[in-house]
Amino acid sequence: MPRIGVFVCQCGNNIAATVDTKKVAEEMLKLPGVVYTCDYKFMCSSPGQEMLKQTIKDNKLDSIIVAACSPHMHEKTFRKAGEAAGLNPYRVEITNIREQCSWVHHDKTRAVGTVKSTDLTRMTLERLKRNQPLNKIKIPIKKRALVIGGGIAGIQAALDIAEGGIEVVLVEREPSIGGNMARLSETFPTMDCSQCILTPKMVEAELNENIKLYTYSEVEKVDGYIGNFTVQIRKKARYVDEDRCTGCGECIEKCPFNAESKFELGLAKRKIIYTPFPQSVPNIPVIDAPNCPKIQKDKCGACAVVCGPKCIDFKQEDKIVTEEFGAIIVATGYDLMPNERFGEYGYGRIKDVINGMQFERLASSSGPTGGEIRRPSDGKVPQSIVFIQCVGSRDEQKGVSYCSKVCCMYTAKHTMLYNHKVHGGKSYVFYMDIRCAGKRYEEFVRRAIEHDGAMYLRGRVSRVYEKDGRIIVQGADTLSNSQVEIEADMVVMATALVSRPGADSLAQKLGIGYDKYKFYNEYHPKLRPVETVTAGIFLAGTCMGPMDIPDSVAQGSATASKVLALFSANEMTREPITALVNKVTCNACWDCVTACPYSAIERDAVKNRQGEVVRLLAKVNEGVCQGCGVCVAACRSKSIDLKGYTDEQVFAALAAF
Amino acid sequence: MKIRLSGADIDGPRVKHIERVTGEDLKHCYQCGKCSAGCPVSYLMEVPPSRVMRLLQLGRVDDVEAANTMWVCVGCVQCYARCPKGCSVASVLEGMRQIQLRKGTGPTLIKDIPIPFLRKAPQQALVCGFRKFVG
Amino acid sequence: MKIPYYPGCTLNTVSKGFDLSARASARSVGFEMEELAQWNCCGATFPLSPDNLIALSAPAKVLANARKGGEELTTLCSVCYNVLKRTNAVMKGDKEKRSVINGFINEEYDGSLSIIHYLEILRDKVGFDKVKAAVKKPLTGLKTGAYYGCMLLRPFEDRGIDDSERPVIFEDMLKAVGAEPVEFPNKIECCGAHLAMSNTGLVTKLSGNVMTSAADNGAEIIVTSCPLCQYNLEQSQTALASATGDYKPMPIIYFTQLLGLALGQPVETLGFEKNVWDAMPLLKKKGLA
Repeated sequence: MPRIGVFVCQCGNNIAATVDTKKVAEEMLKLPGVVYTCDYKFMCSSPGQEMLKQTIKDNKLDSIIVAACSPHMHEKTFRKAGEAAGLNPYRVEITNIREQCSWVHHDKTRAVGTVKSTDLTRMTLERLKRNQPLNKIKIPIKKRALVIGGGIAGIQAALDIAEGGIEVVLVEREPSIGGNMARLSETFPTMDCSQCILTPKMVEAELNENIKLYTYSEVEKVDGYIGNFTVQIRKKARYVDEDRCTGCGECIEKCPFNAESKFELGLAKRKIIYTPFPQSVPNIPVIDAPNCPKIQKDKCGACAVVCGPKCIDFKQEDKIVTEEFGAIIVATGYDLMPNERFGEYGYGRIKDVINGMQFERLASSSGPTGGEIRRPSDGKVPQSIVFIQCVGSRDEQKGVSYCSKVCCMYTAKHTMLYNHKVHGGKSYVFYMDIRCAGKRYEEFVRRAIEHDGAMYLRGRVSRVYEKDGRIIVQGADTLSNSQVEIEADMVVMATALVSRPGADSLAQKLGIGYDKYKFYNEYHPKLRPVETVTAGIFLAGTCMGPMDIPDSVAQGSATASKVLALFSANEMTREPITALVNKVTCNACWDCVTACPYSAIERDAVKNRQGEVVRLLAKVNEGVCQGCGVCVAACRSKSIDLKGYTDEQVFAALAAF
Repeated sequence: MKIRLSGADIDGPRVKHIERVTGEDLKHCYQCGKCSAGCPVSYLMEVPPSRVMRLLQLGRVDDVEAANTMWVCVGCVQCYARCPKGCSVASVLEGMRQIQLRKGTGPTLIKDIPIPFLRKAPQQALVCGFRKFVG
Repeated sequence: MKIPYYPGCTLNTVSKGFDLSARASARSVGFEMEELAQWNCCGATFPLSPDNLIALSAPAKVLANARKGGEELTTLCSVCYNVLKRTNAVMKGDKEKRSVINGFINEEYDGSLSIIHYLEILRDKVGFDKVKAAVKKPLTGLKTGAYYGCMLLRPFEDRGIDDSERPVIFEDMLKAVGAEPVEFPNKIECCGAHLAMSNTGLVTKLSGNVMTSAADNGAEIIVTSCPLCQYNLEQSQTALASATGDYKPMPIIYFTQLLGLALGQPVETLGFEKNVWDAMPLLKKKGLA
């Protein structure tokens, strides 16, 4: 006869308000196999755990149930306590009578809650009676990390991990690392030049022996699990031999053709063989194949002629490399919402209506105007600029409902830069709220208003149109309760930050979650902010949602510390809740192989002594199996069980209801 | 200006009535001012569109009713077309007009319509005008 | 191709030229507008307060009648188009309202009609290239401002005729007939509409803004799709001309009149005589009449 103990938690009033915990304990004691029950105010408290341990020893309990909150909260706590008292931790089961019972019932007479809690606990009891002691699975760790995305968050993560002596592969989609930060002019609130603080880190990443850069590359396929990921990376054809290229730039100079520069956001042209910007890392050009006459029509080839080390290769093809990692950091960054969506602001039709990132390029000393604020249409210095905030942000009709967080600050910065560069220039800012909650942020915005002459107008702009070569901005100032019309030379829209195109397909490859805006989901928004639900995959920076540079850098470092902590042990232990194939009854139909979302089931063979295959059967890779149970449902011969949740246990629990 | 706020006005039956007739949830408005910015007749309104929404949020129905706003609104729905929150001030004003007209307290302008206008104007102007002003 | 047609009150009376030129032009590009056997006024305004179901009964009746004869309905007047299309959306999407309105008008209409504006027929069914091919007298050099007003466009793209902030359908039509479309910002701003009845000053101001905006951008003639817009714009020019000496009034006509002219219809059949500001001198100057 088993010796089972049942501990019913009151959780203060969280449970006790709608559940008579004492009654539940009394009811449970009447059931066969149960030798001890009690209720207690806070089972998770230290005295609660001590009581649990003592009771197990005193009553020689062989398994216990704690009826309390969700197993997500304290299953670990109680299993540890049970283990300390000599139990196999998997003989400790939780019944969730809080989230699934007391919190969803309002009956203050406690009748409903008590009956339901008793039912739930009785079901757990039947499951517990049929459970087997299980042992944690130990898996080796491949101590190498993959960082996807070479913006500031990814660079920071890679540098920190490398610093810890661990090898990192940094994959970047564009020809150079640096990300969006490489485009910025100055950064708020310190006004230090973005390039000046970023490029040292880029160079450091390039030179660090522990960091391997894969630029112009994308993650193609991800297999495996925490500690043991196998990742295929597509190295897109650069048409330049990376090993031999010296970065002399001769080819770029001689290339006779131009195309629009993606890095300069349409404000400038670049050559067909190019590096995105002068400080690119690595300083190895790529050929823009769709626009290259040599590749398309076999005409030209000037770059190959002038290349000293002969490293231009027009026949180069994409290459797939396979690498193994123990952890993955995703830091893929953000994009700006397409501005064309806001027809009333005239973007695309009126040349001097630009977005904030384009303004960054105009203000950047390495930008197309060498840092002079000149408008795109005619190169003239604008004497007045209207800045429109919240274009697409906080706009659930045509944009996104969230606040893009950084625009208030960068717009204030833009007005300052403009004021410093164009004396006598007048800037106007249409805003709804000024959100500047950060260290020295409020002071920064006040400086723009009080010292740098930015005229802040509280209201949105309804329309922007052209009249006699000037731009008319029709807005409102709700503080003076009036319509406002401004004749401007240029308009800058603070467009919403959105997720990268393809963010969803990368998430699917990685098996991580994302929200309706395709920003990646953290495991817990407060307490596990850089982890994902998939163990071993971490998140940093704006791929999770809008944030500024300090936050992105902090998250990059946070993910690095997570990875280093994970790699500090030689092997990992993990939950033994995995699928188990019955070798006798499996008839090798492979339905489970097809059904398994984690590719955790292999096709195995039983061989005789002569080494001949006698029969085939399915085999579960315990390291990969996540215990989801899909194979159990798919198996036609009922040959697969989930440990801890065997059919026998589950049906017994149901029968007990 | 000093106004005394009370829950009885803010959540009062007059505001609820307006919400029911107009089909708009006044709380949705976050006062960005885009409606006032674009409204072609805003400059003639004693209370511009975004302020209508604000006053109604505060329960100040009288202040809105006393203003010429609802009789000046042309119903071009530019406010709604561009509202980032999907609010229609045009609907709110039309609803408030309807409330007046249904009580028989709104302006009936038939006798004031100039004769030359009646002779020349397209029929639709009269049909539409009567709908808006006569109820 | 025969398409059921709803003229509406104004096109049957003061704006007959709009109606006649549209019918004749339709025949020239290969379709026939078949006037509904029975129709009533649409109400000339879509009720913005959702509890005002009684105002939806007139347009719903039009739709119910039209559905008995076909699956499509075309119209010319911007207001009729807006009212019918939005009423149709209510009848299609709102079960509760549909049943109340149907009960009231004694019909079983389900919103399955598709409401298409004449311009949409030209664009989507005929094709502007075919229109271009049918042109007998290209309107070369005629600087034309297309005034959309509100009701063709708002509130949203899926209910309007084109992108509500950046419409091009009118300009595309003008290009097809060889005219030179003139862009002007006020082409999508309100003319003042029914306030013509109660607030002449305001309408004069709004319509005046439209006209000066068009004139400033070089328009010599305005086309529209709405009799009320046409009326308001015409009226405003009287005030503009007397207020500022340098403003020169221009003809304001229906787009089908211009279309008809290009397609070779005799100029005297197009109804230009109804305009306050005569189009003939300009057309003659351009060698088009």
